[in-house]
Amino acid sequence: MSMLKSLMNTARRRSPWLFHANAGSCNGCDIELVTCLTPRYDVEQLGIRLEASPRHADIIVVSGPVTRTTCEALETVYGQVPNPKVVVALGSCPATCNVFAGSPTVVGPLDRILPVDVYVPGCPPRPDAIIAGIAEAAAILAGDKPRPVHNSSQTSGEGGR
Amino acid sequence: MAILRAAIQMLLFPGLVYAVSASFFMLWLQRKINARLQGRIGPPFYQPFFDFVKLLGKQPIGRPMLQGFVMTALPVAAVAAMLGAVALLPVLPSGAEFPGDLVLLVALIEVGPLLAVLGGFVSRSMWGELGAAREAVMTAVYNLPFLTALIALGWTSDLSISKLATTATWPVRLLALAAILLCLPAKLHLNPFSISSAEQEIYAGVTTEYDGPRLALWELAHGLEWVALAGLFAVLSVPLPGVADVWRILVFLAISVLVVVLLSVAAASTARLKLAQTARWFWLWGLLLAGSALGLTLAGI
Repeated sequence: MSMLKSLMNTARRRSPWLFHANAGSCNGCDIELVTCLTPRYDVEQLGIRLEASPRHADIIVVSGPVTRTTCEALETVYGQVPNPKVVVALGSCPATCNVFAGSPTVVGPLDRILPVDVYVPGCPPRPDAIIAGIAEAAAILAGDKPRPVHNSSQTSGEGGR
Repeated sequence: MAILRAAIQMLLFPGLVYAVSASFFMLWLQRKINARLQGRIGPPFYQPFFDFVKLLGKQPIGRPMLQGFVMTALPVAAVAAMLGAVALLPVLPSGAEFPGDLVLLVALIEVGPLLAVLGGFVSRSMWGELGAAREAVMTAVYNLPFLTALIALGWTSDLSISKLATTATWPVRLLALAAILLCLPAKLHLNPFSISSAEQEIYAGVTTEYDGPRLALWELAHGLEWVALAGLFAVLSVPLPGVADVWRILVFLAISVLVVVLLSVAAASTARLKLAQTARWFWLWGLLLAGSALGLTLAGI
């Protein structure tokens, strides 16, 4: 039984599939995320794949300060990803709203809406930092690293639409 | 003894054990070749296996009972059909062959795309339905040359796969095999004929709504489809009457891997064609090759 469990943890560590949700980002972080797939960084070596459907994903990568129009879509997508799942906040915007803080169209930062597990700071972060963040998320999936404690006002993420 | 050989064929080679391990290997090889040709290092050897295990360990999303049942039953049936197809390949003469086993083999291979079409529609996702509709059109497009080529090969050998590999004449065989090789990328959703799965463009196509273990089964069925089709090509391409079993197995494995390499290189170096362009390609060049093979058979050459 413990062998099966350790096999499952290894598989989770070695095969994190991403879904990228753009919540009003300026595209800077999005471009840096796509850079990770290029020959220079080649994240497929680590088993990381950018998936088109949230149903296939393990990790939700959110960029942008979370605008009013994307907030609901973000909650839907979070519910569509099967458990176990991890949320990665990509860049400074989902962490603090960055230069968009105080705007009437922004409802962020992201931790008001979803339980964020990993922050990757930067505006935009370098691809190396993004890969390190995804590796940290994979470690959380595999149980190598404890999940940070979240407050209870966030969405529970059960079920999906 | 015949029963023992049949059991070995079903469970060991080319059945269950070989089929599953070869399906992971072929999925890896395709991704690795793709990565190397793009100047990347690519996934490690165990990647498809870990992907499969990880997907099995995900919690399925709650669905209405009937939909959940159908969405599980369809990929299970696809895996079963593909396993059956691989086990039917007459790599070693087992004495269990029967006239017309080619028809059964083709039926089992065709069950895969049919279930995928159904799977896309029952998932009730717009993208799944779009992928399923494209897949349905594609089966009509590539099966015309594919089946014509198989009929040309099997015409003189009462549609038995093991006899068919030895009785067809070389001009017929070469033309028919070229037509079959042309159809394989379309059957495996590879570039340039990947319009039905069109990753990113229509999200994940048929499998858009499939999560966790259900998706793992579709991935396994896809890997087994690789093994079955590469194996079918290998069995048909080189006639080996009266050759030792070891050599038969080695030649079978070598040609299977060669087919995977060839298809992967073709996929990495081409771009996706539209549905109409794909249809024109198959109904012109595919039918030309397969039709002339059939013509030569009927003329007795």
